[in-house]
Amino acid sequence: MQPFTTLTGIAAPLPLVNVDTDQIIPAKWLKTIRRTGLGAGLFESLRFREDGSENPDFVLNREPYRRAKILIVGENFGCGSSREHAPWALLDFGIRCIIAPSFADIFHNNCFKNGILPIVLPREQVELLMKEAENAAEPVFTVDLESQLIHRPSGNEPIAFEIEPFRRHCLLNGLDDIGLTLEKLAAIEAFEQRQRLTMPWLWAQGR
Amino acid sequence: MSGPKTLFEKIWDSHVVEERDDGTCLLYIDRHLVHEVTSPQAFEGLRQSGRRVRRPEATLAVPDHNVPTTDRSRGIAEETSRIQVETLARNCEEFGIELFDMTDPRQGIVHVIGPEQGFTLPGTVIVCGDSHTSTHGAFGALAFGIGTSEVEHVLATQTLLQKRPKTMRILVEGELGFGVTAKDVILAIIGTIGTAGGTGHVIEYAGSVIRGLSMEGRMTVCNMSIEAGARAGLVAPDEKTFAYLRGRPRAPKGALWEQAVAYWRSLPSDPGARYDREVRLDAADIEPVVTWGTSPEDVVPITGRVPDPRAEPDERRRAKMERALAYMGLEPGTPMEEIRIDKVFLGSCTNARIEDLRLAADILKRTGGKVAEGVQAMVVPGSGLVKLQAEEEGLDRIFKDAGFEWREPGCSMCLGMNPDRLKPGERCASTSNRNFEGRQGKGGRTHLLSPPMAVAAALTGRLTDVRRLLAS
Repeated sequence: MQPFTTLTGIAAPLPLVNVDTDQIIPAKWLKTIRRTGLGAGLFESLRFREDGSENPDFVLNREPYRRAKILIVGENFGCGSSREHAPWALLDFGIRCIIAPSFADIFHNNCFKNGILPIVLPREQVELLMKEAENAAEPVFTVDLESQLIHRPSGNEPIAFEIEPFRRHCLLNGLDDIGLTLEKLAAIEAFEQRQRLTMPWLWAQGR
Repeated sequence: MSGPKTLFEKIWDSHVVEERDDGTCLLYIDRHLVHEVTSPQAFEGLRQSGRRVRRPEATLAVPDHNVPTTDRSRGIAEETSRIQVETLARNCEEFGIELFDMTDPRQGIVHVIGPEQGFTLPGTVIVCGDSHTSTHGAFGALAFGIGTSEVEHVLATQTLLQKRPKTMRILVEGELGFGVTAKDVILAIIGTIGTAGGTGHVIEYAGSVIRGLSMEGRMTVCNMSIEAGARAGLVAPDEKTFAYLRGRPRAPKGALWEQAVAYWRSLPSDPGARYDREVRLDAADIEPVVTWGTSPEDVVPITGRVPDPRAEPDERRRAKMERALAYMGLEPGTPMEEIRIDKVFLGSCTNARIEDLRLAADILKRTGGKVAEGVQAMVVPGSGLVKLQAEEEGLDRIFKDAGFEWREPGCSMCLGMNPDRLKPGERCASTSNRNFEGRQGKGGRTHLLSPPMAVAAALTGRLTDVRRLLAS
C-alpha cells in the first residue's frame, strides 16, 4: 500500500448526502477480477449522460476539479454495499482523501486498506471547506496526516482533524495489515487451541 | 468485567485474540462465506504474497451474484460474468475451499445457504465480503460484511482487526397487525432511525414481536441492518433457533449438539445489561410499508402519499428528496396505491426463503388472481434447496398458474449483475433490500416491500394494500 503522509491537490465539492456505493461504482463494474481500471466507472450515472457523453454540470467534469485529489461530501458517504470497488474507483480516478461529516462503516474501513484517508469533521467545518473548494480561484488544499491539519486555499487558520492512532500509523507507513497480523500467529494458535476445548463443536464438523 | 453482558458482548469477548491499547481487537473469525464478486482480488493477493488459506474448512464458497436464473445447461453467456464465476471455481480448487457450483442443488444466495447448511451457528463470528452478512445475526451470531482486503486478511489469518462497536437495542413490542410482516418491521425501523441511524453500532432486535418471528422472519430483519447503517444486527437464540438448526448438514451432532445447545442457552443478554442506545417501536404503529424514494429510509405506509419536499426544513435533505422524486418520476401528494408498476421481483437474500414463498403463494391461493396485464413478475428462490422444497409443496404451480416466472436461484434482479435488470424508467415492486438509483438497472425505479405486498402489486399492476385486496 502506498503510504499517505502529505497530500496537496484540488478539492472537489460534492454536496450530496447518503451517497451509496452503487452511485460511486455501479454493479456492472464489479465483474472485474482486478483492482485497477475502475476510475472510468466512478460516479458513472452522475458523470455521464444517457448517450455516454460527459454531464458538464457534474463537478468532476469541470475545471479544475477534473484533477481533484480530495473530495468534500455530505453525510453518510459510502453507504450500502461492502464493495471495495468503491475506494478502488476513487483511487483509480486520483482521489486519495475524502472529507465528510460522517461515513458508512464498511466504506470507511475499506478506505484505510487502500491508502485513502477519510476525514470526519463537524458539519459546519465541512460546509466551510466545501464553500472554499467551490469559490477559491485555485482550490488547492494540503492534508498533512503527520500534523493532522488541513491547510486551506484561503490561507486561513488550518483545520485540525482526529484519526485513530493505529490507523494513522498504518497509513503513514503504508503498512500491510496481513503482515502485521501474521506476527501474532502464536496468539492466534493459542486462541484456536483454547476454542477447540471450549467449543469443540466448531471444530468437529467435518465434510 | 463480570457485570451483566449483552449477547453481542458475550460473542465479542469470547473471540478476542488480542486487544491493543487503543481498544482495537484482533478478533477470531469462526466462519467465512465467499462469493465470486468480492473475492478474486483477495485470492490474487494471497498468490502474490505466497500465502495460503489458514483454515479452508472454515470457509464455504458459492457463486450467486452473476449466475443466470434461466436455463443453466449452457453455462453463462455474458463473458465477464462467466470469467468471474470460473475464477471463483479455480481459486477454490487451488486453495482447498469447498464450493457449491452453479449446478449443485445446494447453490444459492450466500446468505440463504449458510443457515440452510447449518454453517451459521449461534455464538460464532461470521464474515463475508457482502454487506448483507448481517442476515446470519438472526441465529445469535455476530455477522458482518467486509471489504475485499479484509476477505484476504481472513483467508490468510482467520482473524480481523476490529474496533469494538457500540450497542443498540431495538425493542418491538406488541402484536403485528394482519398483513404486516418481518419486512414491514425492518422497513419501519429504518424509517424511524434513518439509513445512518445504526452507524458504528451493532443492533440487537428484541421484544415480543421479534421473539414471535420465525427464523426466516428474523433473517429478513437482520438482513437489512446495514440499510440502517449497522454492520451487524442480531437476535438472541432460542428454541426456534435450535429447532431450525437441528439435523442441518453442518450443525453439530450427538453429544456435541447437546454441548453446543447448553452453551447457546447462555448467550442471551443478561438482565440489566446496558446498551449505548435503545429504540422502541410499537407493533400497532406498523402497517404494510413501501418505499417512495431512493434510500431505504424513504418509507411510507401503503395507505400514505408521496411526501412533499417543501415540508423538509433541512436544505441538503430537501435537495435529496427532490432528486429522488425526479429520479422516481413521482409527484408529491400522489397516493401510494395509485402508482403503477411494470415489474415484480420476488427474491433476494432479504425475502427468498421458503416462508417468503409460502406467504406470497398464499395470497395467490386466497385471491385466485392473475398477474395484471403488462406486468412481468418473477420468483427467484434463494437457493436450489428452497426451490426444491417449494416445488414439493406445489408452490411453483401456484406461481406459474398465476402468471409468475419461476426461476433458478441467485441474487438476480436485486442488483442486476446477471441479465435480470430493469430498463430505464421501468418501475419495480421488489422484495429486495435497496432502492438506490440504478440498483436494479440503470434508470430503474424500485419500490421495496414485503412478499405479500409484491404479490398484491403483481395482481393489480399498482402498489396495493394487501389487506384491502384480501378483504375485497
